[in-house]
Amino acid sequence: MQKRISTLPFQGTKEQQEQLFKVIDENGGKNGSVMPILQKAQEIYGYLPIEVQTMIAEKMDVPLEEIYGVSTFYSLFALTPKGKYNVSVCMGTACYVKGAADVLGKICEVLGIQPEECTQDGKFSITECRCIGACGLAPVMTVNDDVYGRVSVSEVEDILSKYE
Amino acid sequence: MYQIKINGMPFSVPEGSTILEAARFAGIKIPTLCFLKDLNEIGACRVCVVEVKGARSLVAACVHPVNEGMEIFTNTPRVIESRKTTLQLLLSVHDRKCLSCVRNGTCELQQLCAELGVDIDDKLDGEKPASVPDTSTAHLVRNNAKCVLCRRCVAACERQHVAVIGANNRGFDTQIGCAFNLPLAEVSCVSCGQCIVSCPTGALVERDQTAELLAAINDPEKYVVVQTAPSIRATLGECFDMPVGTNVKGKMVAALRRLGVDKVFDTDFGADLTIMEEAHEFIHRVKTGGVLPMITSCSPGWVKFCEHYFPDLLPNVSTCKSPQQMTGAMLKTWYAEKNGIDPKNIVSVSIMPCTAKKFEIDREDQDAAGDGIQDVDIVLTTREIGRLLKQCNIDFVHLPDEEFDPAMGISTGAGAIFGATGGVMEAALRTAADTIFGAPLENIEYHEVRGTQDYKEATYNFDGLEVKVAVVSGLENANTLLEKVRAGESDCQFIEIMCCPGGCVNGGGQPTQPAEVRNFTDLKALRAKALYEEDENLPFRKSHESPIIKQVYEEYLQAPGSHIAHQILHTTFVKRSKTVQL
Ligand code: SF4
Ligand code: SF4
Ligand code: SF4
Ligand code: FES
Ligand code: FES
Repeated sequence: MQKRISTLPFQGTKEQQEQLFKVIDENGGKNGSVMPILQKAQEIYGYLPIEVQTMIAEKMDVPLEEIYGVSTFYSLFALTPKGKYNVSVCMGTACYVKGAADVLGKICEVLGIQPEECTQDGKFSITECRCIGACGLAPVMTVNDDVYGRVSVSEVEDILSKYE
Repeated sequence: MYQIKINGMPFSVPEGSTILEAARFAGIKIPTLCFLKDLNEIGACRVCVVEVKGARSLVAACVHPVNEGMEIFTNTPRVIESRKTTLQLLLSVHDRKCLSCVRNGTCELQQLCAELGVDIDDKLDGEKPASVPDTSTAHLVRNNAKCVLCRRCVAACERQHVAVIGANNRGFDTQIGCAFNLPLAEVSCVSCGQCIVSCPTGALVERDQTAELLAAINDPEKYVVVQTAPSIRATLGECFDMPVGTNVKGKMVAALRRLGVDKVFDTDFGADLTIMEEAHEFIHRVKTGGVLPMITSCSPGWVKFCEHYFPDLLPNVSTCKSPQQMTGAMLKTWYAEKNGIDPKNIVSVSIMPCTAKKFEIDREDQDAAGDGIQDVDIVLTTREIGRLLKQCNIDFVHLPDEEFDPAMGISTGAGAIFGATGGVMEAALRTAADTIFGAPLENIEYHEVRGTQDYKEATYNFDGLEVKVAVVSGLENANTLLEKVRAGESDCQFIEIMCCPGGCVNGGGQPTQPAEVRNFTDLKALRAKALYEEDENLPFRKSHESPIIKQVYEEYLQAPGSHIAHQILHTTFVKRSKTVQL
């Protein structure tokens, strides 16, 4: 799947921008390499929207497309923000066999967003993840640090409603 | 020299050659796909693999150097199978509709499949990556369903110092496009078309306007006038398999007439006019302490680059319209008035080596006849007119030579050489020198500014006035020079910049030549030669000596730089941004 691009308004602050510029200066500025700067930028903002990538491109004087190419090549970079609650569904083999895809589908339906997206109010986001080592509980979903095992489609709404 | 063996036969080949070059030397053309010499040497597609004795895996001939005693095998079953598999995998995700594809017959992928006997309707048929064609710009259409991810376009765009396209995402999802999937029209693309001429397939094509021309010709209300740029005569023959560098001026005119257009004029006329105005503007700037260096403005891709990347240097750019726009402007004012034609009924068509010209016609302040009547209405690239002539069954190669129509068909050698890098400068110097000396000079060839080098510089002494000039083509070279100008480190007074490397003869609208030809021929030099030969053989070689130029100034424009000349022949520029506007 191609990386999803955030459609939510950018909420960056002046402080975050100062932090970002400091990181770029510390990493060689114009002659720096893109990877470490993108990693730090993601720590600062939580994701790498066009506004952040444009700031980096301008400050480093490299084409935006070059930055974007790197940010979409490596799976560690996210182009969409995480919500206050990040709902993650395990897509490992065990979970998949036990119906994780249906669980994921239900979550998407309830929240009205797709994986790698965040709700307009910034509350929920959805991700798919690899085996988290709880195969005995398959299918598994997590909401931030809370783990839910043997989830059935009918339980999804109840689980999510705890986080209103 | 290294002693090597290819398929068992001994050869001595120069040290430092790649296997591809060595094999060529031995008379074997190893097929390539991603490789473009000096531009895209990434060894990625593996179409060019060969076997080397002692090497465990097959090696990519395009980038692998030969060494002493190397034994190379170019057609073992293992090599052939590997190449076939590579092509089959490419085809399995390809939109294989050759018959309706604009590159049918000139496509390198198709050619490779034909040579290797790979069935284009092979059984390998997987899920295809979803893609939507990008039709956002005036000049090109990107259709990634035909893309083989060779990245030749990406390298071409980087070489232009623009780099707005690249490979995004990874694996099966990889697609060439702009950052954040923005349409090309929303990024700082300069419309040069260098990506198109680099593309081996139908993934990148100019926006086709041939149907618009045909419709105009078949509309009895319309008076259709075509102009052809200086470089078209040096390249159009390639569309009909004539040797590179054949001057087909006479056949070109004859062919256009047979399409049924009303008049065929020469953009060289507009080039002569450009020189009159530009030389005058230059002398005026020198004498009145105006902004220097003055930079030429005939290349719309370069102008757009300046607007995006060097907006602070826009005051340095000559205010002259390009030759295309000057010809169009004179057509819809002077010519229309003189011949009692309503400019609204004129369809002004130009045949151009350049896709940026498609962008230029819609710019602000390019409507000399007023009322939003565009100076030029339709721009066809050399490739498009080649296609249209074929579609209309015109037997190009066997046509007799015919002359341009009078009026805007008479031109000089100065206009002819506009199509090659250094040509505008030389033409301008011929006129400026005579003006400054007040007498016609004998020696009119400025060899220092000719040739296809990246950067050319020369100093001339005109009656005590020292003029230092520089000529660059290709935007990477332009960028290097402009950084110097910006920093105040250049002492040139007059600079010629052409967007495309080598000038218009190598423009983004010129016939595509397969990598096999591009990698081993100097297209730019061969095509330019045709123009310099034309210059030598023309009766008038200085713009200001052209009888038609004298006439239009007497009848209409008064003098170079006059009020009316400014209204009709000059324009304005806008500041644009280098990065996306959020
Ligand atoms: S790009 Fe080439 S192979 Fe593909 S459809 Fe067009 S002509 Fe055929
Ligand atoms: S037209 Fe020129 S600037 Fe635009 S994408 Fe192609 S190569 Fe780059
Ligand atoms: S668009 Fe053309 S040049 Fe660019 S990667 Fe695709 S096939 Fe190659
Ligand atoms: S497969 Fe889901 S926890 Fe292991
Ligand atoms: S790897 Fe040699 S041509 Fe592509």
